[in-house]
Amino acid sequence: MTFSGAFGEAGSGALSGSFIELENVEKVFSVRRKAGLVRREKSEVRAVDGISFGVERGEMVGYIGPNGAGKSTTIKMLTGILTPSGGRLRVAGIDPSRERTRLAQRIGVVFGQRTTLWWDLPLKDSYRLMHRMYRIPDDRFAANLARCVELLELGELLDVPVRQLSLGQRMRGDIAAALLHDPDVLYLDEPTIGLDVVSKARVREFLRELNATRGTTVLLTTHDLTDIEQLCKRVMVIDHGRLMYDGALGGLHEAGESERLLVVDLERELPPIEVAGARFVRAEGPRQWLAFPSSASAAPVVAAVAAAYPLVDLSVREPDIEAVIAKMYGERELGARAGSP
Amino acid sequence: MAEHPVDAGTVQTEGAVEGPAEGRGDGPVEEFAPVLGGSLLGESWRTYRMVAGMWIRSTMTYRASFALTLFSSFTVTFFDFVVILLMFGQVRGLGGFSFPEVAFLYGTTSTSFGLADLTMGSLQRMGRRVRLGSLDTFLLRPVPVLAQVAADQFALRRLGRVLQGLLVLVWGLVLLDVEWTVLKVLLLPVMLVCGALIFSAVMVIGASALFWAQDAAEVTSSFTYGGNTLLQYPPSIFAQDLVRGVVYVVPLAFVNWVPALYILGRPAPAGVPAWTVFASPLVAVVCCVLAGLAWRAGLRSYRSTGS
Repeated sequence: MTFSGAFGEAGSGALSGSFIELENVEKVFSVRRKAGLVRREKSEVRAVDGISFGVERGEMVGYIGPNGAGKSTTIKMLTGILTPSGGRLRVAGIDPSRERTRLAQRIGVVFGQRTTLWWDLPLKDSYRLMHRMYRIPDDRFAANLARCVELLELGELLDVPVRQLSLGQRMRGDIAAALLHDPDVLYLDEPTIGLDVVSKARVREFLRELNATRGTTVLLTTHDLTDIEQLCKRVMVIDHGRLMYDGALGGLHEAGESERLLVVDLERELPPIEVAGARFVRAEGPRQWLAFPSSASAAPVVAAVAAAYPLVDLSVREPDIEAVIAKMYGERELGARAGSP
Repeated sequence: MAEHPVDAGTVQTEGAVEGPAEGRGDGPVEEFAPVLGGSLLGESWRTYRMVAGMWIRSTMTYRASFALTLFSSFTVTFFDFVVILLMFGQVRGLGGFSFPEVAFLYGTTSTSFGLADLTMGSLQRMGRRVRLGSLDTFLLRPVPVLAQVAADQFALRRLGRVLQGLLVLVWGLVLLDVEWTVLKVLLLPVMLVCGALIFSAVMVIGASALFWAQDAAEVTSSFTYGGNTLLQYPPSIFAQDLVRGVVYVVPLAFVNWVPALYILGRPAPAGVPAWTVFASPLVAVVCCVLAGLAWRAGLRSYRSTGS
């Protein structure tokens, strides 16, 4: 809770006045299951279980969690598709579920696995529909389209039927479609799923540019942590419908109690290095790996090694964030099991 | 703010109203606001035309296939009528009705049903969208959801059924021996439009049920397609309980039986009072209002369960 910790801890009564704000938002689904021939058992699933956070205008936030953690449900509530079962929710001062169509003018949504483009028609026809559907003024539409076409390199694709586009081209097309009406907020659900490295890089570059020049607020859910690393200063981790972490990406390491690695190249093969504050991991010829806590500084460890051993080279490796998050989910899993014997 | 929750709420709402105006200048928000408050019907019609237009353009990319399906749609419905023709080759009358009279009944209900099917038929296929969750995309747009769903997969080939219905109707009218009055002449188009509205309303109510039970499409079909088949024949050949049900429970009889029997100069079915001959518009309006309410309830349920 580093970034918006103050908001989270302030609890119910106070409203921070953030651009996007959630306060103890809940979503409970009742699931009916067959239990015998006619009898049905009703059970409750708490997809989102009391989430509070605020996002300021112009922020770019990553929203991550395993499948079924409640990410999509949160996004659906933020867009007004779903009505929350409890709590308070505002986007740009609008209650999404009550004024869904009004909110629609101010948000753009891209579902990575679902295109809003018209399959059999040229790409530009889908944009023309957006133009009319959102009642975008002609000059603004022309300007926005020109901008998207340039930055997303869509020029040659405008006359191509969408069914003939590659996955990466279609994704770029979808992102453009979501931005033609100048939304203040852009929700992206898995925007780089299934894309090749080049397409991923292009999409990320575009989003970074959009956020920097337009100040568009971006909320991004993804399984690809590189997206987050490259785009978001702030990340929220959700699991079992609860917010597990909200803060800077770097802080995840501390929260996950991860370790960094120091890779040391010595002049020759030597017995395992022993210095204070670091732990020997393994050796391969003259190269040795040492681990030390992510929260600690690398300097004293490096100094100690340099003072006592003949060094050729050394480098510090950041822990794999994926491993950190996996560890985080795992811990919760264990905690839950221990809590309910 | 915590001590004055009511005040906080008010301030928040005001902020919400002013927010977009000051933030976006001459944006589409203000342009859109009066539309929302103004006419939902107008906005629905605008949306319907846009989406249907896109589907027509989509189908036109496969011209040959479009021509073929239009032809087959026309043929299939025409063979429907050939069955009646064959029947009259064997018998003189059907339940006391002559061939031109049956053709009149057939033509009126087929035209009405064809119009409803052309404009609203896609609603029956909404179940798949609800199941797959692709309905969500419609909810993200600033236009009415019902218009989007109704225009989804809009297919001009369904025009085949309307054409066929009109053809049979004209045929019936030519052969028919009826004393036409001004009232009867006026009643005919009113009856066709109201019939289309009643069928449409039933389709919307059926689609609303899909939000709760995704298998409800079968039940709806029995009322729409089944109802259409029923109304193609004179009421005198059916059991009176069934006729009463069609008059008083699901008011399909007002599509054509009640007004058509008046035009044909025959007694009204199931003993309905004489004034009901002109009640079709009223019945149509009531059905549409009920359909609107059902749709709203269904959509609300979807948005709180996520189906």
